[in-house]
Amino acid sequence: MQFMLLFSRQGKLRLQKWYVPLSDKEKKKITRELVQTVLARKPKMCSFLEWRDLKVVYKRYASLYFCCAIENQDNELITLEIIHRYVELLDKYFGSVCELDIIFNFEKAYFILDEFLLGGEAQDTSKKNVLKAIEQADLLQECCMTDTVSQSFSMV
Amino acid sequence: MPAPIRLRELIRTIRTARTQAEEREMIQKECAAIRSSFREEDNTYRCRNVAKLLYMHMLGYPAHFGQLECLKLIASQKFTDKRIGYLGAMLLLDERQDVHLLMTNCIKNDLNHSTQYVQGLALCTLGCMGSSEMCRDLAGEVEKLLKTSNSYLRKKAALCAVHVIRKVPELMEMFLPATKNLLSEKNHGVLHTSVVLLTEMCERSPDMLLHFRKVWILVPQLVRILKNLIMSGYSPEHDVSGISDPFLQVRILRLLRILGRSDDDSSEAMNDILAQVATNTETSKNVGNAILYETVLTIMDIKSESGLRVLAINILGRFLLNNDKNIRYVALTSLLKTVQTDHNAVQRHRSTIVDCLKDLDVSIKRRAMELSFALVNGNNIRGMMKELLYFLDSCDPEFKADCASGVFLAAEKYAPSKRWHIDTIMRVLTTAGSYVRDDSVPNLIQLITNSVEMHAYTVQRLYKALLDDISQQPLVQVSSWCIGEYGDLLVSGQCEEEEPIQVTEDEVLDVLEGLLVSNLSTPVTRGYSLTAIMKLSTRFSSVNRIKKVVSIYGSSIDVELQQRAVEYNALFKKYDHMRPALLERMPIMEKTASNGPTEIVQTNGETEPSVPDTKHPPLVTQPANQANDLLDLLGGNDVVPVIQTTLPTKPASAGGELLDLLGDLSLSSGPAPAPSVPISQPPFLLDGLSSQPLFNDISAAIPPMTAYSKNGLKIEFTFERANPNPNIAVITIHATNTTEADMTEFVFQAAVPKTFQLQLLSPSSNMVPALNQGSVTQVIRVLNPQKQQLRMRVKLTYTHKGSPVQDLAEVNNFPPQSWQ
Repeated sequence: MQFMLLFSRQGKLRLQKWYVPLSDKEKKKITRELVQTVLARKPKMCSFLEWRDLKVVYKRYASLYFCCAIENQDNELITLEIIHRYVELLDKYFGSVCELDIIFNFEKAYFILDEFLLGGEAQDTSKKNVLKAIEQADLLQECCMTDTVSQSFSMV
Repeated sequence: MPAPIRLRELIRTIRTARTQAEEREMIQKECAAIRSSFREEDNTYRCRNVAKLLYMHMLGYPAHFGQLECLKLIASQKFTDKRIGYLGAMLLLDERQDVHLLMTNCIKNDLNHSTQYVQGLALCTLGCMGSSEMCRDLAGEVEKLLKTSNSYLRKKAALCAVHVIRKVPELMEMFLPATKNLLSEKNHGVLHTSVVLLTEMCERSPDMLLHFRKVWILVPQLVRILKNLIMSGYSPEHDVSGISDPFLQVRILRLLRILGRSDDDSSEAMNDILAQVATNTETSKNVGNAILYETVLTIMDIKSESGLRVLAINILGRFLLNNDKNIRYVALTSLLKTVQTDHNAVQRHRSTIVDCLKDLDVSIKRRAMELSFALVNGNNIRGMMKELLYFLDSCDPEFKADCASGVFLAAEKYAPSKRWHIDTIMRVLTTAGSYVRDDSVPNLIQLITNSVEMHAYTVQRLYKALLDDISQQPLVQVSSWCIGEYGDLLVSGQCEEEEPIQVTEDEVLDVLEGLLVSNLSTPVTRGYSLTAIMKLSTRFSSVNRIKKVVSIYGSSIDVELQQRAVEYNALFKKYDHMRPALLERMPIMEKTASNGPTEIVQTNGETEPSVPDTKHPPLVTQPANQANDLLDLLGGNDVVPVIQTTLPTKPASAGGELLDLLGDLSLSSGPAPAPSVPISQPPFLLDGLSSQPLFNDISAAIPPMTAYSKNGLKIEFTFERANPNPNIAVITIHATNTTEADMTEFVFQAAVPKTFQLQLLSPSSNMVPALNQGSVTQVIRVLNPQKQQLRMRVKLTYTHKGSPVQDLAEVNNFPPQSWQ
């Protein structure tokens, strides 16, 4: 995978994960163009499109579009499953996740994504393992916060 | 200083902004607060501030002043800090900034941290955005972690290694030993990432691939793992809709594909498992189809036996009938890839593919169209063409150009009869005429010319089409050309193929004149119509009408039309005796590729200088081969391009070519030539027309000269006087080669000063053999009416011993007799 974008139906970016080095300007340009292209698609169209020299796989969950750019040798259908797995993870973590959860807890959405994918590939194919790791890391965060003097307010 | 507001607080506040300006104001205020907080080196709230900065960055605002703060967070001992710090590094930093190198040490320490979650953060960051320098520095640490027994870290290390290898391929070797035992792990995460790592190594290094195949004998190992996955019972941890770990299955299938490619043994070893997966996978959900898809790709890519291949194509055929459009899309894409190699098998699914032309989805339609064209052959041409023409009628504009081209190509290859071919072309021109590519027009004209027995039928149909609609330019252009050429057949009602229509000369001229005045016609089209009208002057009897039209356009604002009209006028007035010959019927055209200035087009048995317009009357840039090359020769401003055989956008016709020469001779660049100028030229023209390229014996004994001698290439000029015009010198060049290697692709070009005219005929060959074993000869005719001293600039290009050579030279040593 080269990158993953999450954006709303109005085109507002909710999450961006880049696995290839690009300048800020290029990222903005790509994001703008791709968002426009995907939002222009009609509901009956298939989830794949060719864009520049990449394959783009996208799926809409409620008000959020999940959009991945994969390479030519990658399997589009399994990418759909990857997207679905990520949504399931978010759902389990937040309990019936909605767009607002991702807006207000974007850093957590990133942590979950980084526990599921690394360098664009899936690290673990077991939902249970990924969620367990996140849970543990969250606990570690709690502990380290209670350890410090300033325990009366949350760090973030 | 009050505590900085919390992240969630900030998000809430910013979301209340009603306008972009309001939001910008809030952001700026908060950024200022954050900046001062950073300046105060506040450890307590750094984490919170950076998190807020990351949010604002996602909204699109600049956040580079937070980069160093991320580094400080990474260096902190608190896990919370590290978490946000690494996230910030991945979002704000990249390998372009030097700052990122400062991370290296922190990452190194964290890779050796006592807490695995910290190690995990470091591995993740390195694997996501590590630059080559960082990768080089830290590869050793990653390799160490690849050997750990902690599967949580091992899987991450494997993917991190993939990234390192991508960035620094030379480091691949060092990961080899650690990779050896990865596949014996039970943990699916480790298995999955190991397969990814092995895949990356195989794709990057053929040696590695060989090693895995022969030494490690990976294939049986992978087959075993895959078999276990399929045969094992329900495993809740890895189950997706009843299939056990589809992600791992897909990755294994992909690695098998690479291992089996062009290797018989490996392919055989995986035959069974592929057949098993292909037949037993549940297809009701997307997961199952994802696995089948990967299986099909593998089967088609390795050296599988034919039974398996047929199985694969049948799976694709079933995909085509699936309700899920994603599956259909994927099937069409795969079939397109295999249609070359397994043509017959794919043909069986032709009707389903053709049905997909009617799909609603744009991507599916496009794929179906491409595949349909690939499947057209001599047997199914009629049926397929019907479908494709129907598609052309109803498809979106974005498809029409490609579809039209495809139809033309297919028709050309497989047309069952000339009539069918012409009908098909007519159909395309009338339904998608404005989308047809520019180069189709001359191709069609050539095709029509060559279908001699269909001329009457063709012109009649085209005429009728014109009556209906004059808006589609390619159609109009082809029609005008045909009417100009075969108008006599039209009025005489000679059509055999269908009921001949009754049309008078005046009606035809009305139509053509209508094109000239219509706003819908482009300048190119107008040029076509004017020339067509002119041609009819030898085919129709209403010459006066034509004369009148032509003279009107002599003062047209359009330079192109004006020039033509003036020339045609001149033809009426002064060269009427030449008119029939000039406007004669076009002979059958050879299909010649246009390249270089010296190809020949046979017209009426004579040789003419090359005319790149048997393809398309190019827009200004295309006589590029000719004009530009020659223009290259023009260092100074005093020489003029030699053979501007076509002014842009002239129709392909013998009449046109010759008239072009007329036009070119009058002026080398553009506007309103004085009609008197052609007077001095005709003798030359007549010579060109009526005489063979001759090296006639009326040589005034002009001594030969060496024009060029360098690097083993010698070019000699020998002279003759052209009969009867003493103003024309006929020069024959002889190119010889004294070196030991042949000079291939030899091209000789020449340019002369403005007062001269030059004509280059075709060379005897384009290879100057080595060691004087032969020579290339070429004839140049130079018109020198003002008897000025002959000067010439020559350009030579050839390939010698594999490298291209180019040279320019001035030839000034012409013997006085050659130009006096």
